[in-house]
Amino acid sequence: MSATATRARGATARTLPAKRVRWADELFAWALRLCVGVAMLFLAALLVYVVVRGWPRLDGDLVTAYTSVIRPETAGARAAIIGTVWVIGFVALFCLPTGVLAAIYLEEYADRERWWNRLLELNIANLAAVPSIVFGILGLGFVARMLGLGFTVITASIVLSLLVLPIVIIAAREAIRAVPGSIREASYGLGATKWQTIWRQVLPAAVPGIATGSILALSRAAGEAAPLLLLGGLSFISFDPDGLFSRYTVLPIQIFGWISQSREEFQTLASAGIVVMLIVILAMNSTAIFIRNRYQNRR
Amino acid sequence: MAIGKRGLVWVAGASALAAVLAGCGGNAEQAAGGGEGALSGTVTLDGSSTVAPLSTAAAELFQAENPGVQVTVGTSGTGGGFERFCAGETDISNASRPIGEDEVAVCEDAGVVYQEFQVANDALTVVVNTENDWASCLTVEQLNAIWEPDSEVTNWNQVDPSFPDEPLELFGAGTDSGTFDYFTEVINGEEGATRTDYSPSEDDNVTVQGVTGSPGGMGYFGFSYFEENADQLRAVEIDNGEGCVAPSVETVQVGSYTPLGRPLFIYPTAEVLARPEGLAFVEFYVANHAEIAEAALFIPLNAEQEADLQADLDALREQAGA
Repeated sequence: MSATATRARGATARTLPAKRVRWADELFAWALRLCVGVAMLFLAALLVYVVVRGWPRLDGDLVTAYTSVIRPETAGARAAIIGTVWVIGFVALFCLPTGVLAAIYLEEYADRERWWNRLLELNIANLAAVPSIVFGILGLGFVARMLGLGFTVITASIVLSLLVLPIVIIAAREAIRAVPGSIREASYGLGATKWQTIWRQVLPAAVPGIATGSILALSRAAGEAAPLLLLGGLSFISFDPDGLFSRYTVLPIQIFGWISQSREEFQTLASAGIVVMLIVILAMNSTAIFIRNRYQNRR
Repeated sequence: MAIGKRGLVWVAGASALAAVLAGCGGNAEQAAGGGEGALSGTVTLDGSSTVAPLSTAAAELFQAENPGVQVTVGTSGTGGGFERFCAGETDISNASRPIGEDEVAVCEDAGVVYQEFQVANDALTVVVNTENDWASCLTVEQLNAIWEPDSEVTNWNQVDPSFPDEPLELFGAGTDSGTFDYFTEVINGEEGATRTDYSPSEDDNVTVQGVTGSPGGMGYFGFSYFEENADQLRAVEIDNGEGCVAPSVETVQVGSYTPLGRPLFIYPTAEVLARPEGLAFVEFYVANHAEIAEAALFIPLNAEQEADLQADLDALREQAGA
């Protein structure tokens, strides 16, 4: 059946002036390639730049040693790497369930005729545009001081979760909305309840989209330095952060600290730190990609 | 094909995870090496990013002898550091300017008892491009004319008629830094008072690049940034009414590099001295101030300042009853 459809479409195309169509078609395809090329070129340029500049310091010390002012040539980002894994791990734990559940509510349950639901949507869209430093100020006043959680991993995780929550919600809503209505209707037709329909049909179908949104959200959280400067992200720490209530630092803060040092060795070290950060983000993203592919294959 | 690409991502991910886990594994051995009777606990420092390398060097040298004590250094800036310090959230505040009156009041209300320790010197260095062969020495008045609020000086020949016609390009410290506070205070007479049409940066390396790249450029920052880039920049001598003085270890130590020779401070609380690990750290900092200053590329105290530092420690000890 699909073969006939293709042939029929081909036939209509052939009735148009063939030369012009092919020319415009080619041009458009090249424009698209150019756009992809520009994006890849910038990424490649960035990668080459940091790898070349950081090359002398891409060694074992970089991941096993703590930072140092006295010995910049053997200083490393150990505490920052472990801190980043802790903080972003908890960000995922806090913001993914909350974000996805909020998206389910807004898409499947909320009555858009009600003013408060529309207000809710407007607020979420606005939150996505709030500068991250504002979340830092909120976190300092409310999470660190009023809730008394102090300058710890959990404070950082909560604030970064709030920061990226709108991204998760918006992406999850798009993914849920993209699930065809016919799937829901078929599920209801077979006697499933609303909960069963959402849990067994809608969510599995939406997982690839949700995973993509989560990748973007967690990568953003992993790259944030500004709010954590207010929340006790340290520039010198020589022990491994070991839990929710541990003092911590993260890679962006460590890199920021190195870049502003006067000695040349720290500039090299900062570039090497950026390479490590890219690898850590890539490692986390590949987990999300793995989950996405699993669900895509299952379907 | 698809599997190949996915495989590649996995190899990268797995190797990163392995590296992190390897890092975690090493810690157990290190923690076990503490030994009995050794000090343990935490000492938290925060504040000026200029003083941070100094306190970090102190922390590193101290921890080499006392591996059980966790010393952490944050960089919230001098003002941000005092805010947290007076809220009782840190033990020691790093500062590149003395504590302000309003900050003293906040600390007093919160019952935070502390003492000001001058632990090193810095020379705020005014730098120009290496092509600049005219401005070898500038008076404080000339600097003031260049940097004062609403200054209309945009060309070197307005600074001094004998200077060539070269547009002036200004690079300065970001408004959150103690460097900015100190420079505006001593050059413009009021903390925070400055012209606003210049390129500010919290990162002094940006100022280095800016001045290196423009023949009429001028900027200011801590002495170590000049020392590290001495081949790319030229330091201007400063005339404060008693002749031209170049920034150097000697001129700062004898006190002739005025008004830009500046003290660097730490503010320990009396409370931290009451804890054995806190007392040990502060005593270590005071006893090894010269070595610490050199490790962090700052200018050590002179004999008189050294005596003051010892007196400050004794005074705080008395307050702490330690």
